[in-house]
Amino acid sequence: MIEPIVVGAFYVAAIVALFSTVMVVVNTHPVHALLYLVLSLLSVAMVFFTLGAPFAGVLEVIVYAGAILVLFVFVVMMLNLGKQTVDQERSWLKASGWIGPAVLAAVLLAELVLVLVVTPQNGFTPISGQTVDAKAVGVALYGPYLLAVELASTLLLAGLVAAYHLGRHQES
Amino acid sequence: MIEQIYSLLPPVVWDILWAMVKAVIILLGLVISAAWMIWLERRLLGLWQDRYGPNRVGLWGLGQVIADMLKIFFKEDWMPPFVDKFTFTLAPAIAMSMMLLPFCLIPITPNWGVASADLGLLFFFATAGLAVYAVMLGGWSSNSKYSLLGGLRSTAQTISYEVFMGISLMGIVVQTGTFNLREIVLWQQEHVWLIFPQFFAFLTWALAGVAVTHRTPFDLPEAESELAAGYHTEYSGMKFGMFFVGEYVGIVMVSGLTTALFFGGWEAPFGDYLPFLNTVPFLWFAIKSLFFMSSFILLRAALPRPRYDHMMSAAWKVCLPMSLLNLIGTAAVVLWLGA
Amino acid sequence: MKSFFAVLHGIWTQLRSIGMIFMHSFRPRDVILYPEVKPPVPPRYRGRIVLTRDPDGDERCVACNLCSVACPVGCISLQKAERPEDGRWYPEFFRINFSRCMFCGLCEEACPTNAIQLTPDYELCEYDRQNLVYEKEHLLISGVGKYHDYNFYRVAGMAIKGKGKGEALNESAPIDIKSLLP
Repeated sequence: MIEPIVVGAFYVAAIVALFSTVMVVVNTHPVHALLYLVLSLLSVAMVFFTLGAPFAGVLEVIVYAGAILVLFVFVVMMLNLGKQTVDQERSWLKASGWIGPAVLAAVLLAELVLVLVVTPQNGFTPISGQTVDAKAVGVALYGPYLLAVELASTLLLAGLVAAYHLGRHQES
Repeated sequence: MIEQIYSLLPPVVWDILWAMVKAVIILLGLVISAAWMIWLERRLLGLWQDRYGPNRVGLWGLGQVIADMLKIFFKEDWMPPFVDKFTFTLAPAIAMSMMLLPFCLIPITPNWGVASADLGLLFFFATAGLAVYAVMLGGWSSNSKYSLLGGLRSTAQTISYEVFMGISLMGIVVQTGTFNLREIVLWQQEHVWLIFPQFFAFLTWALAGVAVTHRTPFDLPEAESELAAGYHTEYSGMKFGMFFVGEYVGIVMVSGLTTALFFGGWEAPFGDYLPFLNTVPFLWFAIKSLFFMSSFILLRAALPRPRYDHMMSAAWKVCLPMSLLNLIGTAAVVLWLGA
Repeated sequence: MKSFFAVLHGIWTQLRSIGMIFMHSFRPRDVILYPEVKPPVPPRYRGRIVLTRDPDGDERCVACNLCSVACPVGCISLQKAERPEDGRWYPEFFRINFSRCMFCGLCEEACPTNAIQLTPDYELCEYDRQNLVYEKEHLLISGVGKYHDYNFYRVAGMAIKGKGKGEALNESAPIDIKSLLP
């Protein structure tokens, strides 16, 4: 049994996500576009909440909106982009440039809507009633997906070592 | 009469209404205590610097806050012509709201508290992560060098300190087995205050808490001796007031979190031996929080501001290993005892 | 290992300074509540400037303009006049602009008649800057100030009505240069 208010929240969050993602693409001001990206990530987090995965939703906010996009904005702030970047962005937004990806994205969107509309009699429950909390995620990670976790951590360690090596002061 | 009114609406609605009223009361209490925190800070700084502080307006100078607020409300809301208007307006709102939001998780008394979310601590990390945007956008949109430098510093500082803040509190989560703050407090009532088993976590959390609120000695984003006023140099009027009060809301919030996480929330000390102490849970919460709020001020009175690279190396080279060791140690002990 | 002890030592110094600052809670305050409690002011404090009178009640100032010349900021201005009935000099107007005055006391040192004096009164605030320009009637007090017995015309050789040449204190009678007698 899914409460209708949760379904409503899902659709509202999804619409906000769609709108803000479109604004990321069409906004000519880089920092404003990044702010829309933050908003898009927040709404995706909300979608996770409504789908019953609060842990994933909060991690989305902490990791993506709270850390990665901060670095994005950080870098863009340092670039000191002026008026000519805005004009350049505007020139890239001619119809010939965006109409192809927009059509393809619309196809994907139609598929997504189809998936959402298809109801349980077809065999899958779109908005599941069960909650996947932090403990469930942990059990899944260290149970069936242990190998994947170890591989990912090895990869991260390699990345860490590489970043340390690159960031080291060169002894002259 | 009352029963007639009560029967007009279904009980669920009354429950929701009552919860809303509670939430509004807690919100007002938080903001008002944050405002009077300004008075407390000025008086305590005066005490520790052998002077009086504001003592003219009203009893003990308590009316000073009202006078200051009236002044800042009626100040012209001036916006410099060179700023990015949208983000300039957005930044103080983010600053205030991201400091207000985590307070809804804090269990004040057994019956009071806005929400008892299972995500608890994670929600706090999320809001703390988003609070960076206030300082960063405030610094960038002001379009001035000092503000930008303050914003950049604050971004780097907050990201560094968030890392080990999260890891230090994970020790608590491992030990209590929950993210829910109310359950953490209840666990402490059953067992022991978490300050004893999680002492190293408390040390790193205290540092990170000060850094999150941008208070001295971690107030490099607004280091007034080198950056004018840092990220809020160009702000005036109530926009500046939002940044200013937001900082104090942050102090109250972090003090409340410390109380709930490490010092047993509303539980009275020696409550097992003197049961009458347990009759006033709110008082104990308030006393403990007030103690930590005063500690913030004592830190400000006592400590100089470190150099920026010192602060960063302290975060990455001292606090992060300490909190990681604490987490691994806690996990080992929990496994040992559980096995 | 060395850096480990350095970190420990750093933590100790920080905690120590926190403790030292906290002990200030029990110290007496170094400040006073000013409008209710006045700070102790030494008698030779350089505050508001006054013009004094001699013990007889006449004004001491002889309008010599030395104070005006000595003043580094040029805040004193006055005009000499002579009283027709007894020949005493006096300032027709005497004006001190206290919005300029820096209370250096050079006027008092320059004054040959001890007329201009600085007093321990320091509460000179005004809401209107114009009110800081003190005229003679604001400056002249009906007292002798710091020097109770000093009377310029009693010790100076200048002749005024009622005191001829040679009649001042410690003054010999004028020598008759046309006489041959000792």
